[in-house]
Amino acid sequence: MGLKQNLHNFKEKNKDKKWLPLFSAFHTFLYAPNEVTHNGTHIKGADDLKRTMNTVIMALVPCLIFGMFNAGYQHYLAIGEINSVSGGFFSPEFWNAANFWVGFFKILPLVLVSYGVGLGIEFIFAIKNGHEVEEGYLVTGMLVPLIVPVDIPLWMLAVAVIFGVVLGKEVFGGTGMNILNPALLIRAFLFFAYPTWMSGDKVWVHGAVERTNEIAAGSSADVISGETILGTLAQGKEVVDSVWDMFYGFIPGSVGETSTLLILLGGLFLIFSKIGSWRIMLSAVAGALVMGLIFNFAVDAEWITGSSKFYGLMSTTFWHHLLIGGFAFGVVYMATDPVTASQTNKGKWIYGFLIGFISILIRVFNPAYPEGVMLAILLMNVFAPTIDHYVVQGNVKMRAKRLKAKTA
Amino acid sequence: MGLFKDSNLITDPLADNNPITIQVLGICSALAITAELEASIVMSIAVLFVLGVGNVVISLMRNIIPSKIRIIVQLIVVATLVIIVDLVLKAFAYQLSKTLSVFVGLIITNCIIMGRFEAFALANRPWRSFLDGIGNSLGYAMILIIVGFFRELLGSGTLLGMEVLGNPIDKTGVYAFGYENNGFMLLAPMALVTVGIIIWVQRSRNEALIED
Repeated sequence: MGLKQNLHNFKEKNKDKKWLPLFSAFHTFLYAPNEVTHNGTHIKGADDLKRTMNTVIMALVPCLIFGMFNAGYQHYLAIGEINSVSGGFFSPEFWNAANFWVGFFKILPLVLVSYGVGLGIEFIFAIKNGHEVEEGYLVTGMLVPLIVPVDIPLWMLAVAVIFGVVLGKEVFGGTGMNILNPALLIRAFLFFAYPTWMSGDKVWVHGAVERTNEIAAGSSADVISGETILGTLAQGKEVVDSVWDMFYGFIPGSVGETSTLLILLGGLFLIFSKIGSWRIMLSAVAGALVMGLIFNFAVDAEWITGSSKFYGLMSTTFWHHLLIGGFAFGVVYMATDPVTASQTNKGKWIYGFLIGFISILIRVFNPAYPEGVMLAILLMNVFAPTIDHYVVQGNVKMRAKRLKAKTA
Repeated sequence: MGLFKDSNLITDPLADNNPITIQVLGICSALAITAELEASIVMSIAVLFVLGVGNVVISLMRNIIPSKIRIIVQLIVVATLVIIVDLVLKAFAYQLSKTLSVFVGLIITNCIIMGRFEAFALANRPWRSFLDGIGNSLGYAMILIIVGFFRELLGSGTLLGMEVLGNPIDKTGVYAFGYENNGFMLLAPMALVTVGIIIWVQRSRNEALIED
């Protein structure tokens, strides 16, 4: 009798115990359950929830590792110990062990807190309600550390995760029932609750806040200013980073969202494995480009002049919007969340397009919330069922009309 | 005897027939003025006065009000009482009346008041109407004070203006450990979430309240 059979027997023996969901969770995580349906013919798909989740996590790992290197790179660059990258994507200034270890020790705790707290809550609710633990948190837990600034205090992250998982998901009935994307809800909570840790020019580079405090206490060190590209543009200043730097991701920002290149690869992986919806991604990009073009047109037509406070972001070349901020990350990994997005194909086009369109709108017109994509996705999450409703009704009407024409 | 016979008029709105969490009336003011505990308490007292007196007045007049114009009569009664409250506040607590600003005036439109006039005072005797008014405004006050307590404590670190968690600028108390105020609690959405959590707790303790 092997280990697998032993574990199964153990589960059978303790059927009525309160803590069984806890055991089952680890059991199903390690082994495929050996229970099968007994009657009728079933088609068995290999892409169960667990595999779907794992595919998304695989697509996220490059962003996580890049984020670790980038955290160290931005840190050393800011204190002047290394030069900025010179040789394209594989520059040795970026890909070295010193950078990696700084980022690793800053970001690993974020990942651990995110998973520890989030799964803890899932276990508590599973035991309380007596159902199996769901895999829903696996992806959220990986997304959360990637969309926060590197220096965010761990207790804040824990509070936000509790808020996001309990009020964003469990009150609605757990995985698959949530209206809003939990990872974005967690970020929105952090953003509104602790704005000093989530925005401004001090939070994006590891060590910048500490350094500022030291200077305030009388140290002679230089101030680290790690403004994001969006922040720089919103203030109407000149951007120093090249477009290639933005594309490769050698810029300050939240942990895992800077590298458009890796996000693009992750997005292609999700499309080819049929996990992420290409309709949403494509239409969101289209929406952003349209909005960007409208703004560029307004600038070209000289409706907006240099004296306007919106000039900096409105005059940004329209396709640069895709490279800066969390737009690419949000569109690829969060707008495509199958639970909160529109379900119908036509609905997905509308949903995606509006996300792109509104993101850039918020980004440009509300300098207080430079990251529009978070709010745009949350807004469209709320509207997704409405969009679906009208798409389905439209289809019903069309078919009814066709039937009438045929029978008449 | 009458007092004890009707005591459920006071106790019901405190628990299973709470105006905010069960009848879902008067939400607007619960969101708007609960960022500080003091404002919540003053608002509660104002509503207690208006609803207690208003219910009695409407109940006394219930047989002579033509039903076609009853809403206008009710509005006049509330408006009179609210103006009294507003003037008292301006005279004795000017700063506070600034904080509450239009929300004192908006007691007129507080759904709880018109709701109780319509649902109770028009059909009951003055004493019972008085008890109903007091009970409902106490139920309203209870939720306002709970919400105000948590929003002020977590949002500003103070209670009734006193620094209970230490000083965030000098880094004393819990702030010395890196704690920071939760700015989200001061925004209206968190009032809604807090009321939502109270409703959640209340309904999970009493199955009879769960709707389909």
